[in-house]
Amino acid sequence: MGNAMTGETRRNTFYGLLFISPWIVGFTVFMAIPLVLSFYFSFCDYSILNAPVFIGAQNYQDMVSDEVFWKTLRNTAYFAALSLPLGTVLALALALLLNTKLFARAFFRTVFFLPSLVPLVALAILWREVLHVEYGIVNSALRWVGIGTIDWLGDPRHAMHGLVFTSLWGIGNSVVLYLASLQDVPRGLYEAAEVDGANAWQRMVHVTLPMISPVIYFNLLMGCIGALQVFALPYVMTKGEPARSTMFYTMYLFDQAFSYLNMGYASALAWILFLLIALLSLCTHLLSRRYVHQGDLS
Amino acid sequence: MSLELSTPKPVASASSLARQRLIGRVAVHVAVILLAVLFALPFVWMLKTSLMEPLQAKAMPPVWLPNPFRFDNYRAATEAIPFWRYTVNSLVLCALNVVGTTTSCALVAWGFAHYRFPGRDLFFAITLATMMIPFPVLMVPQYAIFRDLHWIGTTLPLWVPSFFASAYNIFLLRQFFRTVPRDLVDAARIDGCGEARIFWQIVLPLTRPALVVVALFCFMYNWNDFLAPLIYLTDDRQFTLTLGLQAFQSRLGEIEITLLMAATTLMILPVIVLFFLAQKTFIEGISLTGLKS
Repeated sequence: MGNAMTGETRRNTFYGLLFISPWIVGFTVFMAIPLVLSFYFSFCDYSILNAPVFIGAQNYQDMVSDEVFWKTLRNTAYFAALSLPLGTVLALALALLLNTKLFARAFFRTVFFLPSLVPLVALAILWREVLHVEYGIVNSALRWVGIGTIDWLGDPRHAMHGLVFTSLWGIGNSVVLYLASLQDVPRGLYEAAEVDGANAWQRMVHVTLPMISPVIYFNLLMGCIGALQVFALPYVMTKGEPARSTMFYTMYLFDQAFSYLNMGYASALAWILFLLIALLSLCTHLLSRRYVHQGDLS
Repeated sequence: MSLELSTPKPVASASSLARQRLIGRVAVHVAVILLAVLFALPFVWMLKTSLMEPLQAKAMPPVWLPNPFRFDNYRAATEAIPFWRYTVNSLVLCALNVVGTTTSCALVAWGFAHYRFPGRDLFFAITLATMMIPFPVLMVPQYAIFRDLHWIGTTLPLWVPSFFASAYNIFLLRQFFRTVPRDLVDAARIDGCGEARIFWQIVLPLTRPALVVVALFCFMYNWNDFLAPLIYLTDDRQFTLTLGLQAFQSRLGEIEITLLMAATTLMILPVIVLFFLAQKTFIEGISLTGLKS
């Protein structure tokens, strides 16, 4: 169209592109090229010391018969299946408690929130001792009530539960988030429900939960994606032991890439992870259309 | 609150209703206090262990009051590992990342928020899509790229990318920049104000709270980051505090647990102090970053 671009548009285009240029460079160098490379590597035998050699879908075929792959996938799913529901219920319960007429509410909110600020490595180091088989306080408490000693991190049957416990300590983030959304629920809804004769439980099930369901949904989705990437906690606390019972998917990926230098296989693992996250997001999105309140809360 | 109009529900008398309310409130307080004790207990345990003599720290049943108080543990912990060097390394990386992220994301977000140009919506859609990409997918190819640049074993991979903007913060800041009145910008432009000055003197001051949130969360992220330093740092003189502490822990046995807890306390301390200094920013930031979409 020849001279269709007016001076105004041209100026806007120039400055617009100028301002977003850091992103264009960053996206190309740190995202687009790595993604393409990663996809290519996943079809290669690549040890980083030598040039990648194309081997077709061999890496993906190897995965099917790789017991460790399945084990880490199962471990990761098990962790998510335990820690997400427990974390959500606990965080919601704490937020609901904090949302009542509470003495020194800000103080309690701080107490529940602070652990989520603790750096994961510090948290892992601390909880390794808290769960220590002899002098850890959890076992002291269990002995005191007569249950006896549990080797939280040394027994393959319990190690994962130890990690779930540890992760529950850091849910303060969600508590603050839920509390904020609870305070956004219009008061009029409760008054209307009360007039209609709804008791406290009914008000919670029919007013509170639907109104904050978008936040719960968001938190669960982020939790799922986060669970697939759990790394620091088990790496510091258990190194994946005992008997690989706490070996997570991302740890295995890391080991393949940087301990065994199987960069090709690690890339294939990474793409499966990507695929799982995409599928999970799609599933939760479809579910959310059914169960999540589509109001104008957020 | 027009209670008198609702149909009376003569189930309980006023006084028994009041008593029920009171019992309810007491129950809630008891529950909250118990849970708060549970949440605080690991902190208390860490603190008291860091002040004890090794034998006392491992006593069964646990001793809660150090006797004597060994404040010297803290000095010993910072000498058992090059603690202050790690701290400085971490702080330098945090500072570089905060400057890089805040500057670049603000620039890019303003570009997306204010200027209309062909392809803008497509670019922005791509930005949002990249938020889906998990770090583990990128870590192998990025490692290969940084290796070709001879950056492995340097701190460059840990901060240079932050100067090229990250999707999430772009998204967050763009939301805020869209609230800057267009009339105000146009008026400044008519008065002869250049685009750089508009950005610097009008946009940034108006959106300072959002920038503070981005900076704070960026600091927290990098102070806590473990995986990326683990991949890229090979020389222990460059270690961040997270790496150093992990190395410290793996020497447990030769080093006492009391010292490890002292070092851990020292690592957590800045975060706690920061929280009390910027409590409002933290709480608002979580609602802000958590309630997107």
